[in-house]
Amino acid sequence: MATSIDVSDVHIYYGDFKAVEGVNMTVKARSVTAFIGPSGCGKSTFLRTLNRMHEVIPGARVEGKIMLQGTDMYAPEVDPVAVRRQVGMVFQRPNPFPTMSIYDNVLAGNRLNSKRMSKSEADDIVEKSLRGANLWNEVKDRLNRPGMGLSGGQQQRLCIARAIAVEPQVLLMDEPCSALDPISTAAIEDLIHELKTTYTIVIVTHNMQQAARVSDETGFFNLKAAGQPGHLVEFNSTKKMFTNPDNEATEAYISGRFG
Amino acid sequence: MTSTVDAPPDASPPEIPELEGKTTVGDRVFRALAVAAGSLIMIALAAVFIFLAIEGAPGFTADEQHYDGKGSFIGLVVPLVFGTTYAAVLALLIAVPFAIGIALFVSHYAPRRVAKPLGFVIDLLAAVPSVVFGLWGGLALGPYIRPLHEWLHNTLGFLPFFDGQPSATGRTLLTASIVLAIMILPIITALCREIFSQTPTLHEEAALALGATRWEMIRYAVFPYARSGMVSAIMLGLGRALGETMAVAMVLSSSPIIVLDIITSDNPRTIAAHIAQNYKETTPEKVAVLIACGLVLFAFTFGVNALARWIVGRGERKQAA
Repeated sequence: MATSIDVSDVHIYYGDFKAVEGVNMTVKARSVTAFIGPSGCGKSTFLRTLNRMHEVIPGARVEGKIMLQGTDMYAPEVDPVAVRRQVGMVFQRPNPFPTMSIYDNVLAGNRLNSKRMSKSEADDIVEKSLRGANLWNEVKDRLNRPGMGLSGGQQQRLCIARAIAVEPQVLLMDEPCSALDPISTAAIEDLIHELKTTYTIVIVTHNMQQAARVSDETGFFNLKAAGQPGHLVEFNSTKKMFTNPDNEATEAYISGRFG
Repeated sequence: MTSTVDAPPDASPPEIPELEGKTTVGDRVFRALAVAAGSLIMIALAAVFIFLAIEGAPGFTADEQHYDGKGSFIGLVVPLVFGTTYAAVLALLIAVPFAIGIALFVSHYAPRRVAKPLGFVIDLLAAVPSVVFGLWGGLALGPYIRPLHEWLHNTLGFLPFFDGQPSATGRTLLTASIVLAIMILPIITALCREIFSQTPTLHEEAALALGATRWEMIRYAVFPYARSGMVSAIMLGLGRALGETMAVAMVLSSSPIIVLDIITSDNPRTIAAHIAQNYKETTPEKVAVLIACGLVLFAFTFGVNALARWIVGRGERKQAA
């Protein structure tokens, strides 16, 4: 059920401002791809173009091709809603729906489009997704309590459960651990390792150790100068990026000699 | 912390820096102004209540002839309360769907260059004096929607609301309710719009990223967030509709009766309209009766607003839990 993503010559704009230019890459199926780079280099912006969440911001637009299962997801006949069902997303801050129970939060995506399902079907999806997100044992006795009552790390795993409940092809994670403590972070990283057997995962992180720990391939984004668009400097296997990168700027950034 | 605990007891305490700053004059003046403004509103409210209670007290037990042939104060005021509530609720039924629709359009659907002017125009509606609305309702809108009255009678005549003979003038409770609805539309719209646009982006994006359409996103993220605010907006609209005088007084030929029919020429009267239409007949007893009616209206709107506060508060407590 996982698929690769082919990105060719993508330029991203906020109104007249060009935020990211000229990105080409192939995100491999059933692997973890990490994006690293300084703040404002466009890595989160680029991530959001992979499920057409970028265009939610007024004035934002994208040029170029992003192929998902052999279709350009930016082709005029493609419905962004359909793209987002295939490409799930986990955000920087955990965002369970505040008025919903844990149970309803997990099923939120499945209930869209007024899909009908039996109680037992729903129960199965909830259990499977919560198990998938390593949260089942912690919450199985209080599924009807509000999702906001969980700790930050649990909320983030609840959001992951909600994202995988609809069985997407790809899972995008935008700095999923930046609001979490180290123990919750470790739990999420373990989870990412498990999830990549089923899903294609793309993760943005500020933490280079995290990129080194969880990802198979890494892309380094950078700005040429302040006010200039961000661009993809290097895209390589994580091992190569962290030991012997092709580009000097990558090495400078990774070894902390950045500036 | 630990170092201070472990410190030997004979060690001289470190010098404590001056913490008590002097309150500045500006602070004190502002505080006095704020307290005065806050108290004034309470005093005004209490004064109104006391006036109504003292002046209206004789009106509860006046001579039978002062109750418009209804025999007693209860006999008069119950139909009036009914008329007030009925007209206000009808106005709400008409206004609320429009208000929420407009607010959503402005906050979530319209392109920004359309949304701004539209919001401005809606706010302008609130600036139209109610006399003008009353005049327009009675002279223009009533005759104009007479066909609607007949259509309602012919197609939905089996309902108790539409079974009577449609009025020939169109000056009916239906017309009055539509005018009332237009008058309360701006406040409900403005408040809803404000609340809708404050929905956290995080929740909206949570829904969108799951593959929600715009309407599904609004159901998942916007409405749950805005629910208590919507209730208070609606209740404020209701409060305004309950107390509105001119629209009803000028549109309707009414009498203190209880009828469900909203398209005939026999229409229930609201308290405010009753007072407006009778205060010219100034015998002291009559005035006392009218003031007593006003007291009932005061208590009634007060109760509605208190209920709204309670509902909003309950919603907030629930979210906090």
